[in-house]
Amino acid sequence: MHHQPTSADDLAAIITDAAARGARCEIRGGGSKAGMGAPRDAEVIDMRGFTGVVDYDPPELVLTVRAGTPLAEVQRLIAGEGQMLAFEPFDHGPLLGGELGQATIGGVVAAGVAGPQRLTMGGARDHLLGVTAVSGRGERFVAGAKVVKNVTGYDLPKLMANNWGRLAAMTELTLKVLPRPRATSTMVLEGLDHIAAVRAMACAMGSHAEIGAAAHLPGAEGRRALTLLRVQGFAPSVTARCAILPDLLRDHGAARLLPEEKAAALWDAVRDVTPLADAPTLWRISLPPFSTPALLDRFALLGARWLLDWAGGLVWLAHDGDATEIRSAAAMAGGHAMLIRAPEPIRAAIPMQHPRQSGVAALEARVRRSFDPAGVFETGRFLDMPHAD
Amino acid sequence: MLKMPAPDALVLGRREEIVAALRAIVPGEGVIAQAAALRPYESDGLTAYRQPPMVVVLPETVAQVSAILSWCHAQGVKVVPRGAGTSLSGGALPLADAVLMGMGKFNRVVEVDYNNRLAIVQPGVTNLAITRAVEERGFYYAPDPSSQIACTIGGNVAENSGGVHCLKYGLTTNNVLGIEMVTMAGEVLRLGGRHLDPAGLDLLGVMVGSEGLLGIVTEVTVRILPRSETARAMLVGFPSVESAGQCVADIIAEGIIPAGMEMMDRPAIHAAEAFVKVGYPLDVEALLIVELDGPAAECDHLIEEIARISGLNGAMTSRISTSEEERAAFWAGRKAAFPAVGRLSPDYYCMDGTIPRRRLPEVLRRMAELSEQHGLGVANVFHAGDGNLHPLILYDANKPGELERAEEFGNDILRLCVEVGGVLTGEHGVGVEKRDLMPEMFSQTDLDHQQRIKCAFDPELLLNPGKVFPTLHRCAELGRMHVHRGEVPFPELPRF
Ligand SMILES: Cc1cc2nc3c(=O)[nH]c(=O)nc-3n(C[C@H](O)[C@H](O)[C@H](O)COP(=O)(O)OP(=O)(O)OC[C@H]3O[C@@H](n4cnc5c(N)ncnc54)[C@H](O)[C@@H]3O)c2cc1C
Repeated sequence: MHHQPTSADDLAAIITDAAARGARCEIRGGGSKAGMGAPRDAEVIDMRGFTGVVDYDPPELVLTVRAGTPLAEVQRLIAGEGQMLAFEPFDHGPLLGGELGQATIGGVVAAGVAGPQRLTMGGARDHLLGVTAVSGRGERFVAGAKVVKNVTGYDLPKLMANNWGRLAAMTELTLKVLPRPRATSTMVLEGLDHIAAVRAMACAMGSHAEIGAAAHLPGAEGRRALTLLRVQGFAPSVTARCAILPDLLRDHGAARLLPEEKAAALWDAVRDVTPLADAPTLWRISLPPFSTPALLDRFALLGARWLLDWAGGLVWLAHDGDATEIRSAAAMAGGHAMLIRAPEPIRAAIPMQHPRQSGVAALEARVRRSFDPAGVFETGRFLDMPHAD
Repeated sequence: MLKMPAPDALVLGRREEIVAALRAIVPGEGVIAQAAALRPYESDGLTAYRQPPMVVVLPETVAQVSAILSWCHAQGVKVVPRGAGTSLSGGALPLADAVLMGMGKFNRVVEVDYNNRLAIVQPGVTNLAITRAVEERGFYYAPDPSSQIACTIGGNVAENSGGVHCLKYGLTTNNVLGIEMVTMAGEVLRLGGRHLDPAGLDLLGVMVGSEGLLGIVTEVTVRILPRSETARAMLVGFPSVESAGQCVADIIAEGIIPAGMEMMDRPAIHAAEAFVKVGYPLDVEALLIVELDGPAAECDHLIEEIARISGLNGAMTSRISTSEEERAAFWAGRKAAFPAVGRLSPDYYCMDGTIPRRRLPEVLRRMAELSEQHGLGVANVFHAGDGNLHPLILYDANKPGELERAEEFGNDILRLCVEVGGVLTGEHGVGVEKRDLMPEMFSQTDLDHQQRIKCAFDPELLLNPGKVFPTLHRCAELGRMHVHRGEVPFPELPRF
């Protein structure tokens, strides 16, 4: 069944009815990430009936928008005012074999999607100020507020970001927006291996250069490895900060300025993971940057491919090998591994999200039951229900 | 007047047994039971409310915290966590029938990891001590509440504290990577770690700002940042609050997010100048302190821009710091604003609402009317960049009825904040102070969705009860769900 609510009342009625029928529902935006997680057979609640901007006052740095509004539309609107979503959300469509342009703002926030700038500007969680949603109880509720600074009550917007449709269907989001940097420059180091790259990025991150994003693309046929350092801000500041990098990084290589267009294309590639677009199995591993080299050493021997973002704290790993080994390596490194893309039989067996410590998993389950006592949103996608099959 | 949950006579009657049980877990001076020694703990920074605790326990290890909580959990004894006791909302206010757990002995910096740019500290470490521990290598911990010499990182996590630099660098929640915590049942959990965006639901995000209601924090991992190369401040005076407010909006519209942007109104300027004598202009209606940081080239560029923008908004005076001493002097008045206002009147009461900035002139106008109506003065300092107001209400607690009037005035201000689209608290927390105002901002359904989180963490409601929520529903009541034809849907799902 495919539900297409257009009002919070509709939505509440659908959820209440599903709970009474014992049906399970998947909350879906554009469906760009539907290919993630275990195959499942659930009713779909399509949120694209909730579109449009509710309120946007650029100097207040606050945007309120309905959840089903396409991400691209939101980005166009705020770019027109010289602003941005600083967590740099992106469209997973192409990465998962779909089309570009399907992603909705509600979907990217519910999945905690963030790009290279997450390193220094925070993730979706850090920019979600307020939410209107309908929980699994079929009740409409408000969390957070529409101002940039608020500590009134529990910080439920944090829970709503990255909840993957497991707690509530968000109908309206209030996001913090920030001025788009007036100037951007990218400095590059060539030919570093992953160990040297992580060191160079750490050195830059700890300096006065105020790096905004740092990524590493390993060498490929016909191209040397590239370590990218993005510097953003007002033009005089960007010039001054770039100028300190060659000397600062002299032990790591010769840092030079990349032409603007080339740099922009490379950052798009890092954010959208295009160099690994052909890999059948793709993992996203978040870990402490200095644990990355040892982890990669291990999988290099097995023929894995990768790229690094977040100064090495994010590894996109293309590797068809044993999932258990990847998970245990990620955990040993002090991080976690999310399965982004894999053939169906693997997704049916391996949970998409890294399993949690048992006490945390039990607490998460209690939190889920508190929003969704009947389990309307337990579609089996996450393979983490003790009794789900 | 504030009503706290009635003390449980049964628990009070078992005091000696409880003290003995705590002594068995924490030997020596770690358990304080003598009446006189309990006095220092009877209130936090919201001194209008006082209540000596039943007993104070000062654990030193996670194992002790866990043992205390599981014993109290098994015995149905309430626990109130406390850091340095600087909360301005009564979050650490003791209860007559509760154990007060002071975290002051958790005062070690466990590790500084420069490679991954983070520090791991125990919750009793003060906010400033984190910066002290990492400054030799040019790093600092960004959130800087004015109370930073005294307040603890555990308290900061519980309150999601901010500071004058949080417009650019974020509140506590944006700077914490992980915690270790102990639940009321005594279970030790780790949320997050040394990496970004932990797997699963963002329980860490909910723990930050949970005001000691969900668990005791026993370790905190924070991000550290390289200190900016330079910092400079500007002091700009305006003929009206409107023009100063418009200037703030124009600065942000120009794409500038200053490191700090503070505003003071006329009464606050005069009080501060009389106290610290740093040369604040006295003929202006509003004063902006704008701080820029980054490379010198950036500061120079932005100072020029801001001077231009403030000129367009009719600035009457403008000074730019040329040395560290001068920058410190510009801030001195603002930082001393509370004690300075304190000299104008025997007592003052600090409020903490946030509003959409564009409503500022209207809010200040109506605040002046309320001031008249309640017959009490008010001075305003605020974090102008993010619209977080700190009205300081002047009163004299020795005059009968003045405290009540000050509270009524404060409540009216907060109602006004909510009415114009803002919130009850921007950084000080709800605590007991704003607890009964929560329905101004949230419907019962909204509050129920929050309170069920409490039930997921602490179903017996033993941890810091009586704070944040106006009514304590039993969890069984909140968890009630509609059952269709007598069947529980999804009988295979575990119920908690
Ligand atoms: C002069 C002054 C200026 C201030 N300026 C600012 C400011 O600029 N910005 C700002 O945000 N705040 C400010 N505050 C408020 C206060 O300092 C902060 O709320 C601070 O974070 C409280 O820390 P604390 O260690 O004193 O905590 P406490 O007051 O002891 O406790 C605060 C809350 O935290 C809980 N708690 C404490 N430790 C733990 C723990 N380990 N685990 C779980 N819960 C715990 C308590 O139960 C309580 O609910 C100011 C206060 C004063 C007195």
